[in-house]
Amino acid sequence: MQQILNFIIRNKNFLLYLLLMALSMFFTTQTHSYHKSKFINSANFLSGGLYTRLNNIEQYLDLKVQNDNLSEENTRLRNLLQNYKVSREENFIDSTNFKGSYLFRPVRVIKNSYSASANILAINKGSNDSIQEDFGLITPKGILGIVDHTSKNYATVISILNTKSKISAQLKKTNHFGTLTWNGKSPNTVQLLDIPKIAPIEVGDTIITSGRSVIFPKGLQIGTIASFKLDAAENNFEINVSLFNDMTNIEHAYIIEHLDAPEINNLLNLSNEQ
Amino acid sequence: MNSSVISQILKFIGLILVQVLILNHINFLGYINPYLYILFIILYPIKNNRLVFLLLSFLLGIIIDIFSDSGGIHAAACVTIAYMRPLALKWSFGTVYEHQTIKFNNVDFGSKLMYISILTGVHHLVLFFLEVFNFSETLLTLQKTLFSSTFTILLCVIVTIIFSKRSK
Repeated sequence: MQQILNFIIRNKNFLLYLLLMALSMFFTTQTHSYHKSKFINSANFLSGGLYTRLNNIEQYLDLKVQNDNLSEENTRLRNLLQNYKVSREENFIDSTNFKGSYLFRPVRVIKNSYSASANILAINKGSNDSIQEDFGLITPKGILGIVDHTSKNYATVISILNTKSKISAQLKKTNHFGTLTWNGKSPNTVQLLDIPKIAPIEVGDTIITSGRSVIFPKGLQIGTIASFKLDAAENNFEINVSLFNDMTNIEHAYIIEHLDAPEINNLLNLSNEQ
Repeated sequence: MNSSVISQILKFIGLILVQVLILNHINFLGYINPYLYILFIILYPIKNNRLVFLLLSFLLGIIIDIFSDSGGIHAAACVTIAYMRPLALKWSFGTVYEHQTIKFNNVDFGSKLMYISILTGVHHLVLFFLEVFNFSETLLTLQKTLFSSTFTILLCVIVTIIFSKRSK
């Protein structure tokens, strides 16, 4: 007994070290398994309180970035408004301006994917919010995709990063239009096909939606030309478009509903039947 | 309570606040943070009760852990360097340490740098090994250790120089 006590007293530093180390390892493995550690986390009263205060300050410091985002969008909207006014001041009355033909709804992207070849997004609104098939999904910086299926509260969206996706797009400076597809390689680059060889294109030109489908209105920004080459038949360009959107980082988006879409589709079907 | 104890307490609280409120959010190049709080262990008086010193180091580490949601990795790393500090002192200061006469303010710069580097290196190695928790990612662990150590050592040296009392 005496010897054991002596041993403990002689090695008390080492034993304490082992004890504390074991305790630390216990806490470590506990957090590694899953979130079951009770008090070694940042949600207790001490750290939680301190972090709340810090978060108040951080929100304040982050205002600059948030402001930049908002002012960017404001500028864009202001430009749109200006163009709208100009068209109203022309001599003839453009009856399409009496009634807005597009309706926007804010949604949140609850599931994003960009690494597969057939990427599908999910949003937090569905048929209960009058979301239907073939509505468009955009962010302030560009287009995201087209609604595919809807359930009551959710909807899936075929991303533009989907090899099956085909969206009509055009050059901003001329009206040459083509089809926007994706080759499945990089989440930052999509391909614009079928632009005729005669079109005057340069690297850096902006690509916008063409408004030739009933999904997206004309003039939504998509991206800029990164590189281009003639296709195999040498009649059309194959253009690599680098997107304005960071497709890997998406949270808030808008659903676009074209209110006149049924009417236009009916008309087109009528013409096709003849 | 004498002034030395009060100054240690202030140092303890001050370093924790600086670490969790500022330094943990630097994330230079995505993951590189300096861990300045180990300066408390580095500069703790040499004549001490080792049991109290070990317990204090554990407490320091576990508080940092609470704030960074990291289980017990800081605590483990802190206890380790607190336990091996006499060894590091002997390696870097040699016989001066044996007579327990050194003051951190007036030792030559080379041995001080060596001393800080040893403790920082060991601390970060233990820390990142436990954080990554995977032997197949050893390269990543070593890389993180190297980069963060550089950052921490630099900051420690700067802080010790700025806050050293003028030796008369």
